Amino acid sequence: MSRLKTPGLITGLATTARNLFRRAHTRQYPKVRPDLPPRSRGVIALLEENCTSCMLCARECPDWCIYIEAHKETVEVPGASRPRQKNVLDEFVIDFSLCMYCGICIEVCPFDALFWTPEFEYAEHDIRDLLHDKQRLRDWMPTVPAPVTTDVLGEPAPEIVAAHAAAEAEGSAR
Amino acid sequence: MSWPELTDVALRVTGAFVAFLVLPLLVGQTEHKVMAHMQGRLGPMAAGGFHGWAQLIADGVKFLQKEQITPIAADKTVFRLAPVVALLPYLLIFVLLPLGPDGLVAQPLDIGLFAVLAILGVGVVGVLMAAWGSANKYSLLGGLRAAAQLLGYELPFVLAAASIALAAGTLSLAEIVTAWQPWWLAWQLPALVVFFTAGLAEIRRPPFDAPIAESELVFGYMTEYSGLRFALFLLAEYAGIVVISALTALLFLGGWRGPFDDALGGVVAAGWLLLKTFAVALAIIWLRVASPRLREDQLQRLCWLVLVPVALAQLVLTAAVIVALG
Repeated sequence: MSRLKTPGLITGLATTARNLFRRAHTRQYPKVRPDLPPRSRGVIALLEENCTSCMLCARECPDWCIYIEAHKETVEVPGASRPRQKNVLDEFVIDFSLCMYCGICIEVCPFDALFWTPEFEYAEHDIRDLLHDKQRLRDWMPTVPAPVTTDVLGEPAPEIVAAHAAAEAEGSAR
Repeated sequence: MSWPELTDVALRVTGAFVAFLVLPLLVGQTEHKVMAHMQGRLGPMAAGGFHGWAQLIADGVKFLQKEQITPIAADKTVFRLAPVVALLPYLLIFVLLPLGPDGLVAQPLDIGLFAVLAILGVGVVGVLMAAWGSANKYSLLGGLRAAAQLLGYELPFVLAAASIALAAGTLSLAEIVTAWQPWWLAWQLPALVVFFTAGLAEIRRPPFDAPIAESELVFGYMTEYSGLRFALFLLAEYAGIVVISALTALLFLGGWRGPFDDALGGVVAAGWLLLKTFAVALAIIWLRVASPRLREDQLQRLCWLVLVPVALAQLVLTAAVIVALG
């Protein structure tokens, strides 16, 4: 019996001894900030100036955690034939107690008003405080990391392809 | 008794008591950290500021504050006495363990080895008291396992110790160390292995912790204990590690004798003994991390089919070598 057990025991002793002299894997989180990748899904930030209250994010949200209130304002443009109408955002709330961090709202936003930020320390004692209003969502904006540079060997971004195509078409037209 | 004698006795006993309080904590803290790093963790980091050095002190304070629950069905006197009975033998043994030459011991005794082994056997009673007094089936099962294990392993344990006593021709711990020669490491190697293994089983350390076996028996005979009484059991476990390590070092590893001869003073000698004791304690911790718990039947087979025959063979070998050397 022990003849069969011994090799396993020796392996175990060797492994644990080797581990003893390696660095531990523990992250000392509250003392040492975690090194999160830039595309981490921590919280969603709102760049209010870009929002047109188009409601796409609110409609696409799978668990309906985005609430938007807006009204229309009439803008008189001098010299224009008729007044224009403009959406004005009154309130924009994300309920992070419902949000499942799918990121669909950020994907569908046509005007780049929503962003992921890696910040994650917004736990609350009261679940109602997880409702982040317009101002609070705006306050996350400074924590949005710079966009990740595209892979040098990968395909260029579709926007860049489109822009190049347009420029070339213009050039050849001349 | 005159005053100098009294102060002498007081000093020795205080020394043993301080060692009894400090060494198990040191071993416990080492276990926390070494085990953690062996598993790729850091272990306690907060208590005391620097790498969690005060973790066990914090634990002690926590245990003090906790309620000491005595189950209604428990045999209350037995239940309350059990931790004391489990702990006291180790305190007594600390009094008998020599730390260096020239009577650097709380109570020198000519039959030191015999006394130590006898007192060590009392620990079984504490475990059985805890098991029976708790009025809990898990405690009882754990206690029965402990009884079977402790009685079984007592035999190879004592036989291995008898081999070294035979070799040294004395039962005094100090004289065994004096008689010890480096080549005994090879001669008494089987006895060393048997003594260490059986010692592990005696203090119910993994891989011989079937009496506690938290995955089967909740916490064995300690299931119903809480607060200070539980802390006493824990202290007994770590004091047990120190005692077994110190005994192994004293009997088989040359005790306080270093590689550069013994002309050096008592402090250096004590340092050597402590170093060896901690090395053995480290091995005990290491085994806990690396080896899975033996099943109850494997545990008994190892004792009766491996350790006892080896110990008996060692005894024959020792006797043969003594006769051969004249």
